Amino acid sequence: MNDAKAGGMFLPRDREWQPNALAPDYKSSIKRSPKSKLLSFPTSLSEETSPIFGHDILGEFDHDLIVNYAKQGESAIGPRLLVHGTVRDEMGRPVPNALIEVWQANAGGRYRHKNEGYLAPLDPNFGGCGRVITADDGTYEFRTIQPGPYPWPNGPNSWRPAHIHFSIFGHGFAQRLITQMYFEGDTLIPLCPIVGALGSQDAVDILTAHLDMGRTIPMDMCAYRFDIVLRGAKQTYFENRSEGL
Amino acid sequence: MTEENERLKESPSQTAGPYVHIGCTPNFTGIATYETDLGALMKLGPVTGQEITIEGAIFDGDGAPLLDALVEIWQADANGLFNSANEMRGASDPNFSGWGRCPVDMETGEFRFETVKPGRVPWVDGSLQAPHITMWIVARGINIGLQTRIYFADEVEANLSDPILSQIDDRDRLTSLLANEDENGTHRFDVHLQGPRETVFFDI
Ligand SMILES: [Fe+3]
Repeated sequence: MNDAKAGGMFLPRDREWQPNALAPDYKSSIKRSPKSKLLSFPTSLSEETSPIFGHDILGEFDHDLIVNYAKQGESAIGPRLLVHGTVRDEMGRPVPNALIEVWQANAGGRYRHKNEGYLAPLDPNFGGCGRVITADDGTYEFRTIQPGPYPWPNGPNSWRPAHIHFSIFGHGFAQRLITQMYFEGDTLIPLCPIVGALGSQDAVDILTAHLDMGRTIPMDMCAYRFDIVLRGAKQTYFENRSEGL
Repeated sequence: MTEENERLKESPSQTAGPYVHIGCTPNFTGIATYETDLGALMKLGPVTGQEITIEGAIFDGDGAPLLDALVEIWQADANGLFNSANEMRGASDPNFSGWGRCPVDMETGEFRFETVKPGRVPWVDGSLQAPHITMWIVARGINIGLQTRIYFADEVEANLSDPILSQIDDRDRLTSLLANEDENGTHRFDVHLQGPRETVFFDI
């Protein structure tokens, strides 16, 4: 029996790097953070397998938030954006067929949600959700509009920096991840207690997308690059597969 | 190890926030961009094995149910096989997805999964684990998704020899991982984020 199997397929999560459950400045975490130490175990098949989604689930405009909720011939209001990147694992291997689901506020910072009470207006042509599946080389891209920052009831005067929420499925349920993408140069980033739950500036930097003039489409849309890293496997699935043959 | 230096850091997690439904269950919140919400149905036709319902709620440190959480479960079919491209041991039940996603009810906090009782799955040393369901919880105030497992209270023997359960000495904590079947055949699994009944959460 080789080491990789004895210890589980996926590398243990670096919990020092990941945010603490309790981040007191983020008020909602106070009553929602477990107090006991997490019990650590190596991954088994329960975490090394996962649903893997095919491109066939995608509708024609699932990747285009500018039009996927808009009336025929209309489009969402706001600066047009191309967001793209590569999903890799910690070993640097591209992750193909990763499902990425995104959601965001509209250009005014307002979400289309029944619990949302911000006075900024809804955009009748913007729903705020989209999804893509990574290509064979792990790349993805979607089109959207620049989300606005918004106030929220945390402290007396709390504002979220502009952000896009990401939910990602890799190839093992151990890789399941939800995170947020921020925008380079946003002065609200260092003031945000949710960002502050991250333990280091390096972690903040990884979640900050950069303007990518190389992919910007002239006279159409600016591009932002946001790369994602999922937990790494000590062996590839291919190696695993050949063992079974 | 030179490889160590080349390793990338995993993307840090951030909370799903209160509007996770927009991205993950848009139909649930009235945005009909997609045909259906992914994970709404786990049984796609006649399934093999014992069909079960799992219900529960997630309670915060004040004992109040979370009304904005999203729960996902992932499990083997009745024969212990996963409906996954990574399943190398055989073909799982084609009518069973193995994956469910459920936003808790915005008024009551209840989640509900119509699924099948999972078979046993091997542990890293090849021995069999007790039947279990992997659960993952995200919500506003949760900075990184919480991982736990649903085991079954009536699987007394399998639970005793389970490699994970057998390492939890505290009886009360162990009990937090057991779903109990009620008189209607529904398995109840409540999650407590804090307090004397705090659920065991995993780092797997
Ligand atoms: Fe948000």
